[in-house]
Amino acid sequence: MKEYQTITEISGPLVYAEVDEAIGYDEIVEIETAQGETLRGQVLESSEGVVAIQVFEGTSGIDQNASVRFLGETMKMPVTEDLLGRVLDGSGRPIDDGPEIVPEERQDIVGAAINPYSREYPEEFIETGVSAIDGMNTLVRGQKLPIFSSSGQPHSELAMQIARQASVPEEEEGGDEEEGSEFAVIFGAMGITAEEANEFMEDFERTGALERSVVFMNLADDPAVERTVTPRMVLTTAEYLAFEKDYHVLVILTDMTNYCEALREIGAAREEVPGRRGYPGYMYTDLAQLYERAGRIEGREGSVTQIPILTMPGDDDTHPIPDLTGYITEGQIYVDPDLNSQGLEPPVNVLPSLSRLMDDGIGEGLTRADHGGVSDQMYAAYAEGEDLRDLVNIVGREALSERDNKYLDFADAFETEFVDQGFDTNRDLEETLEIGWDLLSMLPKEELNRVDEEYIEEYYREDDSEREVVEAAD
Amino acid sequence: MSKAESTETTGDGVIQSVSGPVVSARDLDARMNDVVYVGDEGLMGEVIEIEGNITTVQVYEETSGVGPGEPVENTGEPLSVDLGPGMLDAIYDGVQRPLDVLEGKMGSPYLDRGVDAPGIDLEKEWEFEPTVEVGDEVGRGDVVGIVEETVTIDHKVMVPPDALEEDETAEVVAIEPGSFDVTEAVAELSNGTEVSMHQEWPVREPRPSANKKTPRTPLVSGQRILDGLFPIAKGGTAAIPGPFGSGKTVTQHQLAKYADADIIVYVGCGERGNEMTEVIEDFPELEDPANGNPLMARTSLIANTSNMPVAARESCIYTGITIAEYYRDMGYDVALMADSTSRWAEAMREISSRLEEMPGEEGYPAYLAARLAQFYERAGYFENVNGTEGSVSAIGAVSPPGGDFSEPVTQNTLRIVKTFWALDADLAERRHFPSINWNESYSLYKNQLDPWFQENVSEDWPEKRQWAVDVLDEETELQEIVQLVGKDALPDDQQLTLEVARYLREAYLQQNAFHPVDTYCPPEKTYLMLTTIETFNDEAFDALEAGVPVEEIIDVESVPRINRIGVQEDYEEYVEELKADITEELRSLY
Repeated sequence: MKEYQTITEISGPLVYAEVDEAIGYDEIVEIETAQGETLRGQVLESSEGVVAIQVFEGTSGIDQNASVRFLGETMKMPVTEDLLGRVLDGSGRPIDDGPEIVPEERQDIVGAAINPYSREYPEEFIETGVSAIDGMNTLVRGQKLPIFSSSGQPHSELAMQIARQASVPEEEEGGDEEEGSEFAVIFGAMGITAEEANEFMEDFERTGALERSVVFMNLADDPAVERTVTPRMVLTTAEYLAFEKDYHVLVILTDMTNYCEALREIGAAREEVPGRRGYPGYMYTDLAQLYERAGRIEGREGSVTQIPILTMPGDDDTHPIPDLTGYITEGQIYVDPDLNSQGLEPPVNVLPSLSRLMDDGIGEGLTRADHGGVSDQMYAAYAEGEDLRDLVNIVGREALSERDNKYLDFADAFETEFVDQGFDTNRDLEETLEIGWDLLSMLPKEELNRVDEEYIEEYYREDDSEREVVEAAD
Repeated sequence: MSKAESTETTGDGVIQSVSGPVVSARDLDARMNDVVYVGDEGLMGEVIEIEGNITTVQVYEETSGVGPGEPVENTGEPLSVDLGPGMLDAIYDGVQRPLDVLEGKMGSPYLDRGVDAPGIDLEKEWEFEPTVEVGDEVGRGDVVGIVEETVTIDHKVMVPPDALEEDETAEVVAIEPGSFDVTEAVAELSNGTEVSMHQEWPVREPRPSANKKTPRTPLVSGQRILDGLFPIAKGGTAAIPGPFGSGKTVTQHQLAKYADADIIVYVGCGERGNEMTEVIEDFPELEDPANGNPLMARTSLIANTSNMPVAARESCIYTGITIAEYYRDMGYDVALMADSTSRWAEAMREISSRLEEMPGEEGYPAYLAARLAQFYERAGYFENVNGTEGSVSAIGAVSPPGGDFSEPVTQNTLRIVKTFWALDADLAERRHFPSINWNESYSLYKNQLDPWFQENVSEDWPEKRQWAVDVLDEETELQEIVQLVGKDALPDDQQLTLEVARYLREAYLQQNAFHPVDTYCPPEKTYLMLTTIETFNDEAFDALEAGVPVEEIIDVESVPRINRIGVQEDYEEYVEELKADITEELRSLY
């Protein structure tokens, strides 16, 4: 391996060096500074005689005398089952004072695309214990379902609640099926604050979840460029555990906005033609290469389910980050600031939320036969109630018909009874659907046009007493 | 030009630089759009720019680890597809490599690099049945025989269009039935041409046709809002723009499942892997509504998902339309779904920016509009060179950023296509599916398709449609007032109009794609449903005139049954009974 002392230019996170051999695109580079510090980087562009290197730790401390070594391979993640229970930094090095990790394999972090022919369509329900998700936007194994949030919202609490609760029925189920796939959580933090990180870690430790988790921590004061590799490290580990060790892996990535900022920073340093709002034109492809690593593969037991969290700048979902994400992921869960200020826990706004894989993951034999109808009907009714709220502000409640008033009551009760369950409550699906029927029974039977008649017969509460309980509760 | 290299005659070059999917090579002797093999691994690429002795190549595979100094080999051929039996019931990537074969060859569920496979199985033998005899004169494109490709489709073996001049004919000197693989000659012509089942065609060049005609037959989709309000013709073009989550893909899937085309080419361009898997798993099990055969028997899938190489995403649209044109030449009606053309445009943008071309609007290359137009122009109702008639209908999904239709891809698409199905996030949020906005959508084929509907469904089809459109328009106006003063402040007749419009929206325009019966609605049912709502409308207004209060009319018990017409299998009986009940009940009020 040759060493070069030929750095010609240092600009932001980039270093340009002259070389006299062929250097492969994406190859890993080590830069040793005069102080003896070793920094890692990756080849971003390779031409004859000169390469552009992106340095993960940032370029401070590098001068033109620093030596550059090309390792002749692309970036690899050392993977092993022993990673479970470990805390690593954003580049995959342990930071928890634990024993050294002996890898079973070293896998390329870029990850090849899964052949669509080899995939298995995800249709196994994951019970998260959160009504707004299980009932209305069901998550299935192998899905990628992001949380769209904004600054100051309790998206982390929601993610933790899912990580905590989703595991329980999985393991029980694993017990009575002979496959016995285990459940693991891989947590990838990109640019979150130390305080947020502590909250996550405390929760992991408190609930004992850490032993079946792998944590990757790139904090807000860690190098920004490192964030571009963290999710790839996370997903490489996830794929290994899922497809070679048969784990059902839930990947939580937070915060994708910081990841995209890092992409933009590199793009700007390379003087690329920017796309919308300065983000690089290839951001869609780049994000797709992360999100598409969720899924199931035919003939393999495990699955990779992703819950990326992103904070929408200005709570605007037309911003390129949520926009491109929404086009790739299989739905989205919106955390709503208004509902949050009303004190709803979790403040999920179900109306714009969506789970694209829901329809195939619910119903008879999967969840319950009436699930789809109940969900559709509640959506329609809540949307109608929401519309009427605007009208109430203008004309007042008295001016509305009896029917409209029922819808208004429904919308209120939907929020307080159904959505607001608290971050510590774990509701099974049966309970979620029962609450759903309690609420739907506030409406006249004839209004329920999305539910099959047989289910109305079975579940509709003719008796008024239950309804009053609900109304009295608001 | 390096002397050492220029003495070589192979036209091979050497990589000079690598930046993502764009590779520059020195001393490569190539023409524009030639296919080249890049690097030691032989990654497939296409020449997209030539400047001096530097040739720029877009590579259809991941380029990690490829470096300067590695060779670039020219094939001297433009990017072509293999055409022949075996394209149906197949799934390809963007450069027509069969994904099932790749899985076998790579021995892994991941897509590895540098593996090539022909688009059709070159070894499989097909039973060939001649349709001409020795001594017959044939021209270019003429069918010489038939192969049963799938249970649904007879593959017609044609004289390649470039084997003869436009009006030239040749005599068949040898032809024989029997079992052949696709490379063997099945017929020989007097000019020496050997006709096999295999043809190659460059993807960026439209296959020749005799004439383009005005399309006059609808592509019946079994979707009420499409057939009923905004029909597309066989050979027509349509765009489905909408923000994420508004149901573009479900609409495309519904069309692929139920449209009455002979052949479906489904191009998943830069979309989700799981969606393609859904198609691969569902289609072999679903029945073709026309004949009960598996849907896959008429379907060719092209899947270049969002994480597959971006350059292959750029080419997948062309691969798809070339396959579609080939079946059109056999006289079939082909429908091509492209989901999504925005991803295709973005692939162009990505390549363009790597080339450091001067960007046009929003970073898209200045040739975006031209490329879109070229693509949609390859659709149409054609008289083929062999005298048969066939069509290619092109239906493109568009994914505008932020759902804003004023962006370049949507706008440039709308300038070309004649059917516009605008998806609406607001409707999707309230689970009104298909969430096609009836105020914004349009179809310019309406008038030329009316005669077909009048002949095949009902004489008064256009009038009924107009009635529905009028009621919905009126509702939109009334809703504005309702927003201000509330529904009860409206006069009785307007309240009744709102009620009628509500049934139009909830029963007629909404359709449950996941309900086994409602998912496909034949035009007759679409028509009967509309007439039922009209019956309610007419009877209700009669009752109102006779002095019945509007509340009583709205409360009539039988009317909500309209909402259940969609899910009835024996809809004729149900509708008849329902119409009678509505009439009787309303008349009993006065």
